[in-house]
Amino acid sequence: MLALWGALLWIGIARWERVLAAPSGAWDHRVAFATWILAIITLCGGSILQERRIHESRTMKGVGQWSLAWMAFRKSHVAVGAAITVMVFYLAALLTPFLAPFDPAVQGSLITERMLAPSLTHPLGTDQFSRDVLSRVLYGARISLTIGFVAVSISMTIGTVLGAVSGFAGGRLDSLIMRFVDMVISFPRLVLLIAIIAFFEPSIFLIVAVIGLTQWPQPTRLVRGEVLSLREREFIQAGKALGLSKTRLVLRHLIPNTMAPVIVAATLGIGDTIVLEAGLSFLGLGVQPPTASWGTMVADGRDNLLGAWWISTFPGLAIVLVVLSFNLAGDGLRDALDPRLRS
Amino acid sequence: MIAFVLRRVLASIPLVLGIATIVFFLLSLAPGDAASLFVSPNITPEVLEQMRRNMGLDQPVHVRYFRWMSAMLRGDFGISFSRNQPVADIIVQILPNTLILSFCAFLLAFTAGILVGVLQAVRQNRLTDSSLSVVGLFFYSMPSFWLALMLILIFSLGARNLWGWPIWFPASGMTSVEYPFMSPVEQLRDRVAHLVLPSVSLALVLAAGIARYMRGSMLEVIRQDYIRTARSKGLSELSVIFKHALRNGLIPVITLFGLYLPFLFSGTVLIETVFAWPGMGRLVVDAIFQRDYPVVMAGTFIFAIMVVVGNLVADVLYALVDPRIRYD
Repeated sequence: MLALWGALLWIGIARWERVLAAPSGAWDHRVAFATWILAIITLCGGSILQERRIHESRTMKGVGQWSLAWMAFRKSHVAVGAAITVMVFYLAALLTPFLAPFDPAVQGSLITERMLAPSLTHPLGTDQFSRDVLSRVLYGARISLTIGFVAVSISMTIGTVLGAVSGFAGGRLDSLIMRFVDMVISFPRLVLLIAIIAFFEPSIFLIVAVIGLTQWPQPTRLVRGEVLSLREREFIQAGKALGLSKTRLVLRHLIPNTMAPVIVAATLGIGDTIVLEAGLSFLGLGVQPPTASWGTMVADGRDNLLGAWWISTFPGLAIVLVVLSFNLAGDGLRDALDPRLRS
Repeated sequence: MIAFVLRRVLASIPLVLGIATIVFFLLSLAPGDAASLFVSPNITPEVLEQMRRNMGLDQPVHVRYFRWMSAMLRGDFGISFSRNQPVADIIVQILPNTLILSFCAFLLAFTAGILVGVLQAVRQNRLTDSSLSVVGLFFYSMPSFWLALMLILIFSLGARNLWGWPIWFPASGMTSVEYPFMSPVEQLRDRVAHLVLPSVSLALVLAAGIARYMRGSMLEVIRQDYIRTARSKGLSELSVIFKHALRNGLIPVITLFGLYLPFLFSGTVLIETVFAWPGMGRLVVDAIFQRDYPVVMAGTFIFAIMVVVGNLVADVLYALVDPRIRYD
């Protein structure tokens, strides 16, 4: 909490001219400004709430499934740490225009600033086009985190709906959907993605769409399995007896009860998607230069691996750190959301 | 049993055909066709039109689809545009390279993953377990191509040029330049040396996943009564774990064999690019960039067949190993 306060205040003091110019600047500067204000307000609110909660009497109210899960999640320090790391990454991605010391796309002097080793002015060095690696890693975070989040949202939505329909309807429709799932799953996804992206024009929208549209089989299987066991339960029988429509049964009663494993799968899925996107960018099929993306940066450093190891190493480390955090947070969520694993 | 295998084989045929169909129609949706590769000011529209006709591109999609499908079922994959060579010949040349690499990576991944998983399960919640978990998750979260670059940096470039280590591994290709002039023993050593870095970087990421799985399945087995019986008979811990527990602990891991194949092949695409390994992954990637349709189609088809066959083998193995599974 204190570190976050420090970081936000430091932005206000050290980067005050950027912050002041932001409301009338480019859209990403405006977003960053809004985030900055919002973060400060949230922090203020959070601190006040915490103070009040300490002073409040300790009367226990009834606890629901989600607050039980939250209490279990809080117990695992590793998972909480990972979740905080993820949030810090998202915050950094949003605040990048204020945080980044240099412009990620502007090339410096090719003679004096090319492939500089990490130093105080360039904490992570510079690349072969004399661009600051730290700034590029920060800007790359936006690409990876956005693609991860949006693509997984798409695939989870499709997967949940298809899985619920498949599990609830059964019969022909079910076996048709499941055969299709088998087909998509037993395919090296990277090859399919490369083929689609290369034959059309690579762009961030295409990448998000294609990744999202090829990832739905896993959540479909997951949700179908859940629905198969849920639909025999009493509350669904009761719903049927009450004469609820099928749509209502699926949307209001089945799908909300399958959310716990879906949330876990989504958290783990964002990590996988980030690795996948990095792989695509590495092959030159991701977001096109000069926009910074972690996979592209790793590829940029390939030719000067020995002379300038920092170009490839740091973006890769950023990937590992983010994906590791997502995986740890996902594991923690799994333990917290599964009543059988709660002790 | 034979009926079960037969039925599974029959069921996987429409799967393979379905995958091929999806790929065909996806690619036919793409803007531009194979002939557009040759568009240049030196070529008149008439010649281009003739080329289209020669390649059969002037036909409607469904005609092309049936032609392509029936040719492929007869084993005729067409002629590569960029290499001017029958695609089947190219694949016959290149497929073994990918198989060697994937086989080594799989062997390494499963051996390491199973051993680590067993070790973790035996030492549950102790320092060995938790530290191996952290290390495993670290590798599990790693993009394989980055791991490959780091391995090259340390064990190839750094080891040779900076620190002068006695052992370093070559970082590209399958053989050295002087390979034809080596004695058979040296040739074998050269090949193995070239295999080390690519298969390790492919295997580590997979091994981390396998270890996680193995740990869970071993923990379940170790708690069972028959293990307590084995211990109380006075068997050594080593024989209890490896002779009695491991057999049942391995059963769920067999499913991973099928599940990880697509991941492995996705990995080979990147790893073969990093290590300049002349395999299927690189062939398909190069073909995609050159819009060499026949090679792309054939390559994805072969990948799909390998995955389906792998899943089939895993299913059959699973049914063979676990008598509790009904296969009717």
